[in-house]
Amino acid sequence: MLKILKYSFFDLMRSRWAYIYTAFFLLFTLSLFWLSGGLSKVIISLMNVILVLAPLIATMFGVMYYYNSREFSELLLSQPIRRTHIFLGQYLGLALSLSASLLLGVGLPFALYGIFGSPEIWNFMMLLVVGIFLSFIFSAIAFFIALRNENRIKGFGLAILVWLFFAVIYDGIFLLALSLFSDYPLENLAIGASMFNPIDLSRVLILLKLDISALMGYTGAVIQKFLGAAPGMVVSLAVLSAWVLLPALGIRRLAARKDF
Amino acid sequence: MITIDNLHKSFGKLQVLSGVSLDFGRPGIYAILGPNGSGKTTLIKSILGMSIPDKGQIRFQGEDIRGRWDYRRQIDYLPQIARFPDNLRVSELLDMIQDIRGEKPQALGRLIEMFGLQPFLDKRLGNLSGGTRQKVNLVQAFMYDSPVLILDEPTSGLDPVALIRLKALLLEEKAKGKLLLATTHIMNFVEEMADEVVFLLEGRIHFRGSVDSLKREYRENNLERAIARILQGEQGFSANGHSQEAARMARSYEL
Repeated sequence: MLKILKYSFFDLMRSRWAYIYTAFFLLFTLSLFWLSGGLSKVIISLMNVILVLAPLIATMFGVMYYYNSREFSELLLSQPIRRTHIFLGQYLGLALSLSASLLLGVGLPFALYGIFGSPEIWNFMMLLVVGIFLSFIFSAIAFFIALRNENRIKGFGLAILVWLFFAVIYDGIFLLALSLFSDYPLENLAIGASMFNPIDLSRVLILLKLDISALMGYTGAVIQKFLGAAPGMVVSLAVLSAWVLLPALGIRRLAARKDF
Repeated sequence: MITIDNLHKSFGKLQVLSGVSLDFGRPGIYAILGPNGSGKTTLIKSILGMSIPDKGQIRFQGEDIRGRWDYRRQIDYLPQIARFPDNLRVSELLDMIQDIRGEKPQALGRLIEMFGLQPFLDKRLGNLSGGTRQKVNLVQAFMYDSPVLILDEPTSGLDPVALIRLKALLLEEKAKGKLLLATTHIMNFVEEMADEVVFLLEGRIHFRGSVDSLKREYRENNLERAIARILQGEQGFSANGHSQEAARMARSYEL
């Protein structure tokens, strides 16, 4: 598995898209610094971009990478190696290369503007951790969808729909439910609902760390009130890990029984 | 070496293989023929463990291959479509395969020379032409000395020089006592190379035997025509579905 991972990672890191993705974060973060200056302000602005963009790019890369390497996967399948190791290796190579792009693109400007030795370092770390989690989660979901669907267009459409659902539609439904049932106590529902959306959960996690109640929103406030900041973070991180594990297990299951 | 017993496979409603039994016991070159969609590739993929049969059993050197992967160490495979990761170099791809198999290839240097790939070793695979990629494909398939070679459309996209070298290579491997299975649509290639022909039609084995016996059975001097005869026979007698029987009956009637 590590061998497949290594070569997938090298292949992907040299692709044009990886360069573009890294360059985008580099330029965007630099221009944020140039415009606003303060480390904490940049972290908050960047948070909103990472929460939407990291899942989108991971979704698109995941589907594209699977379909593009289909023929090569067949060659790998003919080699003396377990089927599950091939696809888990490819997935991990993809998720790691996305994370590396994010780390480089965002990390370099922050290092330049003196994040090391600043009290903001832990908030910045949380931002990176969340970005990496989202890359792992959404590339796993995309890879799983691509494995399930032979038809490229169907696979691509479905994956984008999943992203759209978590990034946009979910919040809409959630707000609608809140306003419809505003007479009832909704705290538990709110906590539960945010656990089922990795993007919401990531937002709550960063805001808990930043401790900005004005931006925390309903779920953030509820989680802080009921669980407190530190246990809330531990629970959120655990649930995010489950969000990585679940689709990864799905990839493993499909890889073991699929016909190629 | 490979025994296939009553193999069934369907994709959804489409029945691709319905009861294929084959035995590749002796070494030699076997050509697997049949029109598009007759189940050639599915048969090959089943042997390699890429497709999982619905029913039936495949044994490699006496052992059931279901759920196993280590037997593939003894098979070399040439995929039909030569597509590799675009951003890896040729040399890196070859390294990767060696890395996965965990053994040194026996014939790598010679093959690179034979197909003139020396100048391309540092090039990225995405920048190579289709023919050059097929040569890389051939090198990766032939670089180990495994007892079984499975080739899916080996001639596609090759220039005449490379084709001659490929044929020489196949004869060389056969002389070493290997088992070679090849699917192809090129009848010249079959007539020249194959010791035995397996003709698949609608997921069943329609004919198995030497090229000469196929010609004799269908009373044609030309392999292409003999094949056409089988296909036309199938259309004419599709009610009972066994044109071979039908052809035999027709012949005895004439006599």
